[in-house]
Amino acid sequence: MTAFLLKRSTQSLLVLFIMSLLVFSGVNLVGDPVEMLINPEADQEDVERVIRELGLDRPITEQYWFFLVNAFKGDLGTSFVFGEPALKLIIQRMPATLELAFFSLFISIIFALPLGIYAGLKPESKISKLIMAGSILGFSMPTFWVGIIFIMIFAVHLGWLPSTGRGEIGTFMGIHSSLFTLDGLSHIFLPALNLALFKLSSIVRLTRAGTREIIHQDYIKFARAKGLSENRVINTHLLKNILIPIVTVVGLEFGSLIAFSTVTETIFAWPGMGKLIIDSIYNLDRPVIVAYLMIIVFFFVFLNLIVDILYTILDPRVRIQGSK
Amino acid sequence: MDNILKIENLKTHFFTKNGILKAVDDISFNIKRGEIVGLVGESGSGKSITGFSIMGLIDAPGKIVSGNILFNNHPLLNYTPDQMRNLRGNKLAMIFQDPMMTLNPVLRIDTQMIETIKAHDKTISVRNAFEIARDTLGLVGISSPEERMKAYPHQFSGGMRQRVSIAIAMLNKPDLIIADEPTTALDVTIQGQVIYEMQELCKKTGTALLWITHDLAVVAGIASRICVMYAGRIVEQGSVKEIINNPMHPYTIGLIKSVPSQNKRGEPLHQIEGMVPSMLNLPDGCAFHDRCNQATNNCKNSKPLETNFSKTRVIRCFNFER
Amino acid sequence: MSNEKTGLSKFWSEFTENKIALISLLIFLFIVFVAIFAPIISPTDPYDLSKVSIMDSRLPPLSENFAGQTFLLGSDGAGRDMLSAIFYGLRVSLGVGVMSGIFALIIGTFFGISAAFFGGKYETFIMRVVDIQLSFPSILMALIILAAFGKGVEKTIIALVLVQWAYYARTARATALVERSKEYVEAAHCLALGNKKIMFKHILPNCMPPLIVVGTLQTAHAISLEATLSFLGLGLPITEPSLGLLIGNGFEYMHTGDFWISIFPGVALLITIVSINLVGDHLRDMFNPRLKR
Repeated sequence: MTAFLLKRSTQSLLVLFIMSLLVFSGVNLVGDPVEMLINPEADQEDVERVIRELGLDRPITEQYWFFLVNAFKGDLGTSFVFGEPALKLIIQRMPATLELAFFSLFISIIFALPLGIYAGLKPESKISKLIMAGSILGFSMPTFWVGIIFIMIFAVHLGWLPSTGRGEIGTFMGIHSSLFTLDGLSHIFLPALNLALFKLSSIVRLTRAGTREIIHQDYIKFARAKGLSENRVINTHLLKNILIPIVTVVGLEFGSLIAFSTVTETIFAWPGMGKLIIDSIYNLDRPVIVAYLMIIVFFFVFLNLIVDILYTILDPRVRIQGSK
Repeated sequence: MDNILKIENLKTHFFTKNGILKAVDDISFNIKRGEIVGLVGESGSGKSITGFSIMGLIDAPGKIVSGNILFNNHPLLNYTPDQMRNLRGNKLAMIFQDPMMTLNPVLRIDTQMIETIKAHDKTISVRNAFEIARDTLGLVGISSPEERMKAYPHQFSGGMRQRVSIAIAMLNKPDLIIADEPTTALDVTIQGQVIYEMQELCKKTGTALLWITHDLAVVAGIASRICVMYAGRIVEQGSVKEIINNPMHPYTIGLIKSVPSQNKRGEPLHQIEGMVPSMLNLPDGCAFHDRCNQATNNCKNSKPLETNFSKTRVIRCFNFER
Repeated sequence: MSNEKTGLSKFWSEFTENKIALISLLIFLFIVFVAIFAPIISPTDPYDLSKVSIMDSRLPPLSENFAGQTFLLGSDGAGRDMLSAIFYGLRVSLGVGVMSGIFALIIGTFFGISAAFFGGKYETFIMRVVDIQLSFPSILMALIILAAFGKGVEKTIIALVLVQWAYYARTARATALVERSKEYVEAAHCLALGNKKIMFKHILPNCMPPLIVVGTLQTAHAISLEATLSFLGLGLPITEPSLGLLIGNGFEYMHTGDFWISIFPGVALLITIVSINLVGDHLRDMFNPRLKR
């Protein structure tokens, strides 16, 4: 187990290093930030002073070296636009994004598991076909367009739910979140549903496939032969087995929720780090872009590790082999 | 006669896209209390479907079309799904073929045993259920059952797993256990042990056993009566002595001849000519006629009915050897 | 040769068994037709500035413009006929999607097959890159690339190709590995045929079915991704208005209730993606031997 973790960590570090190189060199090809930042009427002296302050006059390799050294110190540069440390900006906005991502993950699992199991148990029924058709639709609908439709229907036309911002933030056990106030919940509902739709469709399909495979296993028939109620057969014997692949995929793709939250946050003006990155790309705010991407990569690497650990907890076969 | 199970003219058909598959087609037999009956046939002859029909576990597109299943003189086909569920794993239990596949890989043994008890006795405490489960595990020959209760299925060998399945079947002291090829997937040495242990257990508890197998030699050593199935029908039934010493149906004769020990060393093994017919495309008349060396025109055109040859002996053939 | 023909007609009859897939294919072909002939069949030329009048802006569907033409789907903020704009938009969206799909297919297949064929360190390297890329969400990948290069048609296509090639590479390698171990490849080796010839004349044709499946599903994905990027204002420039850009234009009128400006291009986008996905889904089921009973 330790050897496995060590190997995985080394791999992760390598990935981090390569990505930092790619991200940094890529982002630094963007147009000249000096033009963006400085009043066009400023004189040459001012321009040079700013360039020197930001270190933009040094060779790019040197800039990268400084970036790497500073990154280890937790300093990912200072935003051109906000004049604040990029890392601080991102961390400030991270809770909003995480709360959105977790809530949509919650929504998608809560709806997808029953729908997927139903479709898997009765593949020929009308409702199952409807569910599957819905999942193809959910799969195909671009997130941003669904977001627009949601705003149009629920915010503009019906006026039921607000369409921008995070709403009132409550505190519970030291955690600040929109989930703890009614106003906050009304604000998070639309963006979370929007973000969840794609994931929901893919979990429905995954659950259905898993159900169809496992329902024909001998141990399900044996569970029935033991006289267990259908509830017990489905909720324990079936569910525990389909959860293994689902947790793996959902965990690995949690990152894609974070990634797609860039779109959802932009549409719903959700003050998370996704909106920050899009704004930063508009503003050519290099340090923030680089910092965001580095944090995302770090996040991904971490996520992979978590999934591996969860996997061993869920599947006793792996657990035992691992401890030997 | 005190029959624990009485099957009359049971027909279980599968309505597939390619036609009606008559997996079980008009079979009748009975099992007395505490008796061990063997149901022998090649794979695809409908013997497992017979077992699942009794259990009420036929999945779509399968359906019991007609007939009667009397369990303790109660007609099971009139039972509601919930009555059936309550019977299963309680007074009527089943053991499956592949012990690697019958236990749920992600649940501990204690979970899988206790749930079986609690499914039929809502009031029992977990502690009591645990004790019953542990003692039953000891009964089937698993050492230090207390510790093994906490294990997962993959931590057991195949033979041990099958013992766990047997223990689960025995938990609620059933009147009848349907054992569907329970030793086929095991090593030969383990096979012998498990067969012996099951025989002893059934004797001790008075449980009747329907032993489904393709292996005539195995069943001859354990059962008191044998039913031979071919293409969805019982072609011959009788006591073990009658069937083994004096087989009458040409198919049974062929089966017995093809048991290796019947041959002298060096002689080629006997085989039944031809192949098992496709169940979707059974020949008219007797299903066995095109493999049978005694077939007449009569066999080709009409289906033979069951003939009661003696009190225990039933044969479905026009020209069985007397 | 006659054998091949029956294979094709058998394929076709199997494909048409699924009515939904057949209808989807017909819809998709219709969309392709509209995209190709957009300049001819559009009621107006939405990008001819001399004919577009700001007086006609944000007309609701079915209303007449200043010059007496009926705008079936209304007009956008600049007074363009939505229907014509959608036809032209389909042209751009489909063009970019298909183009990037083809490039990604070529590049990915090349790397996938050569990795399977040569093996060793080369294969390990290629597949490691593929793995890393596949573990990274496509939209983030595309955002990085566009953030680096800026927007533009070629840049969007490059971004889409870079996002997609790995899927093709993985599929191509997996099937090529299976094919490589088959006897006909060994026979080709024995005949001392060149590597190139074996790879592309013998292995490639046999890898096509799964690649076609991935191709359809990926193209749908590419169209959706391009729309998303253009909507965010990071993909195509205003001079090449794809459906995503049209939807983005309508977004600002969202709160005033002028729904048609972003809904109709969205519907066109959705129909395109769904029809491709349904065809791809059915193809996948057809090629999947496990589902055949």
